[in-house]
Amino acid sequence: MVISMGFIWNFPLFCIVLCLFSGVLCSVLPRKWAKAVSYTLVILVMCMSAGVLWYTCTMEESFVYMMGHYPAPWGNEVRAGVLEGIMALFFSVIMILSLLAGEKALAKDVEESRQNLYYSLVNLLLSSLLALVYTNDMFTAYVFVEINTIAACGLTAIRGNGRSLVASAKYMMMSLLGSGLLLIGITLLYDVTGHLLMSNIHQAVAECMASGTYSEPLTVIIALICVGLAIKSALFPFHSWLPDAYTYSTPSSSAMMSSLVSKAYIFLLVKIFFRVIGWEVISSNRIVDILFAFGLAGMIMGSVSAIFQKDVKKMVAYSSVAQIGYIYMGFGLGNLEGVMASLFHILMHSAAKSMLFVSLAGLAEASGGHTTRKELRGSGFRNKAAGVAFTMGAFSMVGIPLFAGFISKILFATAAVDNSVAKMTVTLVVLAVSTVLNAIYFFRAVICIYTPGRELPAKKTSLVFAAAMFGFAALNLFLGIFSDVVMDGIRLGMQMFA
Amino acid sequence: MWETLTRLLANYYETVAMILFGVGFTTLLLHRNMIKKIMGLNIMDTAVYLFLAAKGYIAGRSAPIVVDGVTEMEAYINPIPSGLVLTGIVVSVSVTAVMLSLTIRLYQRYHTLDIDEISRIVKKEGK
Repeated sequence: MVISMGFIWNFPLFCIVLCLFSGVLCSVLPRKWAKAVSYTLVILVMCMSAGVLWYTCTMEESFVYMMGHYPAPWGNEVRAGVLEGIMALFFSVIMILSLLAGEKALAKDVEESRQNLYYSLVNLLLSSLLALVYTNDMFTAYVFVEINTIAACGLTAIRGNGRSLVASAKYMMMSLLGSGLLLIGITLLYDVTGHLLMSNIHQAVAECMASGTYSEPLTVIIALICVGLAIKSALFPFHSWLPDAYTYSTPSSSAMMSSLVSKAYIFLLVKIFFRVIGWEVISSNRIVDILFAFGLAGMIMGSVSAIFQKDVKKMVAYSSVAQIGYIYMGFGLGNLEGVMASLFHILMHSAAKSMLFVSLAGLAEASGGHTTRKELRGSGFRNKAAGVAFTMGAFSMVGIPLFAGFISKILFATAAVDNSVAKMTVTLVVLAVSTVLNAIYFFRAVICIYTPGRELPAKKTSLVFAAAMFGFAALNLFLGIFSDVVMDGIRLGMQMFA
Repeated sequence: MWETLTRLLANYYETVAMILFGVGFTTLLLHRNMIKKIMGLNIMDTAVYLFLAAKGYIAGRSAPIVVDGVTEMEAYINPIPSGLVLTGIVVSVSVTAVMLSLTIRLYQRYHTLDIDEISRIVKKEGK
């Protein structure tokens, strides 16, 4: 038993390395085999992440795995705690559900001879996501940020039509600006502290703060890293790449881009806040207020842009801008409750947004491949599973009780109440306005898909698609109903961060 | 003012690296031509490598490769920034390759390198 418990320490590294290998392998396998390998692998990663989560929860401690057993200045480290376990498990579950649900659309959107490359990219994406979640080294984080960018760009471009090529070129350019800023931030941080491992940097920064040296360079570093990751995760003024990249890629790519790629960057930012710079330094820094302002602006502007969209897929994409705004607003509140609310919102938004994108693909399929509101009329009757899933996702985004969106709004509101009067008032007002705006465009879309209009034959839903929809629905309801369990996990994980 | 200037001149490697970073960043952000954007990306990344290399160098010491059996730490420069530069070069080469291949695809389809022009054509086509 002792041996088997210790064996779990290897799981994070196994997950990352296996995904990298199968990414290479899938590029030479025929389509069917590539698909089989990828599905097996994602399920394997899911089981191993569950193992990590179970281990860290029962032992109530995190563990650090030294690669090759070399200590600090030479070796590279991987660290896993409850929060890392939750994220890894969540990411792999959403990935398998998105792949299953987007299978049919993928066969239509991507040439058959190139579908193995799609699975290759998916594996690379998963490996970089897991590396960002688990790594304890800043430079490794940078390298995997770039792998993530390349994989995400490929997932958008592989559809091969003009729009998706342009969208992925734009995504790539904005993303590279972000990684440039992140890289220079990490370089400066290395120069100030002399370390690359997160725990060592944390110590050095604490010494700097105690002795009062290097306070200006540290502010510059925090700003560079925050802006870099904000560009990559599409915080409001830097969101110009987002709508096209989400709208014109194949549905499972849209689902993965919106729910996994941007969330991994945000999780990396949380790790940098707590494990690298230290939360006391961050929360006393004015940069948090800037994130707060941008977050609030995003909550309103994202929703306003979404209202004006005729294309429902683009509307869902713009709503992501608003939801990313919520997450940064939570960081901007400057207290631990705010960050925990943001972490819950990351989970909630990942589950709901990926469900919206893939169910929309089902609705579009039943409407001759179109996604404008007019064309989608009555599609909820033609593809029942997709209709129900879309409605559930919309309810969750608006914040109807029983769904996770409701819980995350309550969490944000309670976090705001603990704050200064000005911040509290602004947050609550913007939260209310944003909820109303969300309700306007999501309910309009739901009413639209259930308005009888176009006379088209009902499509028979494939069993795989229905099963994936059921899985998504179960995941969303789980988050909404058992939110206490999830929040306990997040709280435990946050304690391990410190 | 004078003090700041002398400091900037004394650390001229770092100063030049930051200027180059700015040049590369603005080129990548503002230029309309895809090839020039890619050049900007490379200037930006190279500036970071210059900065790292300058930070890792210790005056009067040599590269950390053991020759003539000298193994004292004092004989060599800090090897970690050099290692980071090598890793960074690999990353920027692959990113540049992806960008260039995307540019080729776009050029074949639209016969222009101007990204604004391409967006305009795409919008007009409407699909």
